Amino acid sequence: MWDYIKLAVLGLVVVVAAVAASMARDLAYLVHMLVIILAAVITFIWVIRRIGEPAPVANANEYMDGPIRYGVIATAFWGVVGFLVGVVIAAQLTWPQLNFEWVQGYLNFGRLRPLHTSAVIFAFGGNALIASAFYVVQRTSAARLFGGGLAWFVFWGYQLFIVMAATGYVLGSTQGNEYAEPEWLTDLWLTIVWVAFLLVFMGTIIKRREPHIYVANWFYMAFIITVAMLHLVNNLAIPVSVFGSKSVPVWSGVQSAMIQWWYGHNAVGFFLTAGFLGMMYYFIPKQAERPVYSYKLSIMHFWALIFLYIWAGPHHLHYTALPDWAQTLGMTFSIMLWMPSWGGMINGLMTLSGAWDKLRTDPIIRMMVVSVGFYGMATFEGPMMSIKAVNSLSHYTDWTVGHVHSGALGWNGMITFGMLYYLVPKLWQRQGLYSLSLVSWHFWLATIGIVLYAASMWVTGIMEGLMWREVDAQGFLVNSFADTVAAKFPMYVVRTLGGVLFLTGAVIMCYNLWKTVTSSPRRDAAPAAAAVPAE
Amino acid sequence: MAEESENKVKPPSRQYPDPAKKLEQEVKTTGHTWDGIEEYDNPMPRWWVWIFIITIVWSFGYWIAYPAWPGIQSATSGLLGYSSRANVAAEIADFEDRNEVFFAQLVDTDLDEIREDDELHRFAINAGGSVFRAQCSQCHGAGGAGVQAAGYPNLLNDDWLWGGTMEDIHQTIRYGIRNEDFMDARWSEMPAFGRDGLLDDEEIDQVVNYVLSLSASDHDAELASAGQELYEINCASCHMDDGSGDYFIGAPALNNQIWLYGGSPEAIRHTIYYSRFGVMPGFAERLRDAEIRAVAAYVHQLGGGQ
Repeated sequence: MWDYIKLAVLGLVVVVAAVAASMARDLAYLVHMLVIILAAVITFIWVIRRIGEPAPVANANEYMDGPIRYGVIATAFWGVVGFLVGVVIAAQLTWPQLNFEWVQGYLNFGRLRPLHTSAVIFAFGGNALIASAFYVVQRTSAARLFGGGLAWFVFWGYQLFIVMAATGYVLGSTQGNEYAEPEWLTDLWLTIVWVAFLLVFMGTIIKRREPHIYVANWFYMAFIITVAMLHLVNNLAIPVSVFGSKSVPVWSGVQSAMIQWWYGHNAVGFFLTAGFLGMMYYFIPKQAERPVYSYKLSIMHFWALIFLYIWAGPHHLHYTALPDWAQTLGMTFSIMLWMPSWGGMINGLMTLSGAWDKLRTDPIIRMMVVSVGFYGMATFEGPMMSIKAVNSLSHYTDWTVGHVHSGALGWNGMITFGMLYYLVPKLWQRQGLYSLSLVSWHFWLATIGIVLYAASMWVTGIMEGLMWREVDAQGFLVNSFADTVAAKFPMYVVRTLGGVLFLTGAVIMCYNLWKTVTSSPRRDAAPAAAAVPAE
Repeated sequence: MAEESENKVKPPSRQYPDPAKKLEQEVKTTGHTWDGIEEYDNPMPRWWVWIFIITIVWSFGYWIAYPAWPGIQSATSGLLGYSSRANVAAEIADFEDRNEVFFAQLVDTDLDEIREDDELHRFAINAGGSVFRAQCSQCHGAGGAGVQAAGYPNLLNDDWLWGGTMEDIHQTIRYGIRNEDFMDARWSEMPAFGRDGLLDDEEIDQVVNYVLSLSASDHDAELASAGQELYEINCASCHMDDGSGDYFIGAPALNNQIWLYGGSPEAIRHTIYYSRFGVMPGFAERLRDAEIRAVAAYVHQLGGGQ
């Protein structure tokens, strides 16, 4: 019966989407409708082929790892796609001729830039977060995922969101809000998927068999709930037509700017920081096989972090139309955020005390440590750049771009790589990774890539900041904007090279993971059981 | 099966509390265990706590000193009376004060006499260069070399479209070219000889070659001689018989190697077929008089001022 209801709903979706496609007022909307039809048809066929088969019995004594395996694959795939687009746009900035005439309006820098940021943050980072959240919450709650097939819906629904967002960008459907570019239809879909994600996660927490909730899960919870709130408020918009992708935002003027950066900064704070701290709190102790350094610190820095982060957004709007008082609050809360951020770094690094020797032998631990190191560096640099005097130099320059990337490549990228190296042998029951020396290669390529990236952006950022503000004694501007662009060329080449190294490392990782799944020996039954720490 | 054992939900790791386990540890753990992960009960690092407290105290101090907390009508203004808008206004006023005399002098001095006052001229070039970098360089290039063959004229040579005297340049900057914003904008329009059917393809080919011959570029002599009469009938009234152009109507000179839209046969053909319609905005409402005069002086001295 349930199957027939599903089929009816899917059929209805196809019909409605087909009608909408025929009424479509713009190309992006038309393509979105076609994508929805395609997704619904595939699901329809999948359901209809299984009608009459006995429903698979979910064994409550087994963890649900299917969506996690898919999530791991999706993470690696979108990672490489996102890094590749990043390298392309870095090259386009260096050599503008690469904005080819024949793809104007589709693959020029303006279209590819949101594709890159969304691919790495939401596709690569988002899949890593969803997969790791599902993995961690089951293990640390001693319970199977709540909701039966809902976890599958979360996985596939999220991929549909990614495809809709990406096609929208290339076809010019955008709200123009940084990191919140998708238009209303894609936003609504993400909302549904996100609520399902929240349900699966909270349901699993509620039916947990451990008496306490592990710290990683606090961070995951904060991430899921806050991102839901941010997403809803910043994307409040009224569609111009239900048959078109364009919408008009509810917010306007400086309120719009403030809400956008409240969203934008907390996308960093809760998506890229809280969520990934959850990841860190599970995978570092597991990989190091050491207890977490300090329970007290984890409580303190958790609450301080989530209380303070939400205030820091105005530092993106220093010296703008935003009132001075809001700028002051944004800056001071960013400064206060310094130590709460570092709490996570201390807990990560100090967890290794007593196991520092593993840095020499275990490249995965090395990756995680460097990740936490970059986290510490970026969360020091951030509060520093929020100081108005510093910001007056750094704002709008490449320094900001470098700062974001030392966080994103260093912290988010490296911890995710570490997680993937940890998870793949576990999820596919392999004895170990195919090659540790390839992990070492990846580690060094990525690290050098990040250093080249961050260093070149510091140089160009500070240089262009100084050139922009340079006036002579009479108060006349010394440099034209084009002069500053020309001066940045050599550093842009270095930045592109850094990106190429980082991408190469990720490709090596994919090869290594692929070989691990396909040709690493299977794990025997006995050692697997013994891997659980004995009482 | 290996698969099953890895995938089995484990029982809760331990009964709580587990005093026996606690005693074994050097530093105590909290007694909690999740999937084998334990937590030490280490205190928070002192330095961490202190720096955190210091940043909080500092923030309170900052809130007292600077505008910080909003009320219903307005926000606390802070003891220092800081205002970023007031600071900008003060900074602008400061530079205004320094330049006031020169700006007044610029407006009062006859355009052609600016050059004769050394000090004023140096000031005008400096000020004009600054305005140029902010307002003009987007099209004409940071150095004023234009974008050759793309319709953005080079300002470094003495080949002028609308005249190169101070008066001419000033007029062009002030009201712009072929825009709808100013009645005084410079205006002229070349016919689209091909599109509007004034010349057929063969005739256009002939004119193209004649135009090329005017500047001694590579051309087909036979076609060129056939094009001479067509040129004299259709083109010479603006571009002159010898191709020297006419400043008064912005007709470019054709007898040199300087091309506004490119000097290839294809580019010239395109120009004759479709015509061109280069537009420049007027700056009368964007810049004040003194600044427009300063930019005129700057452009005039770039290379080809007359």
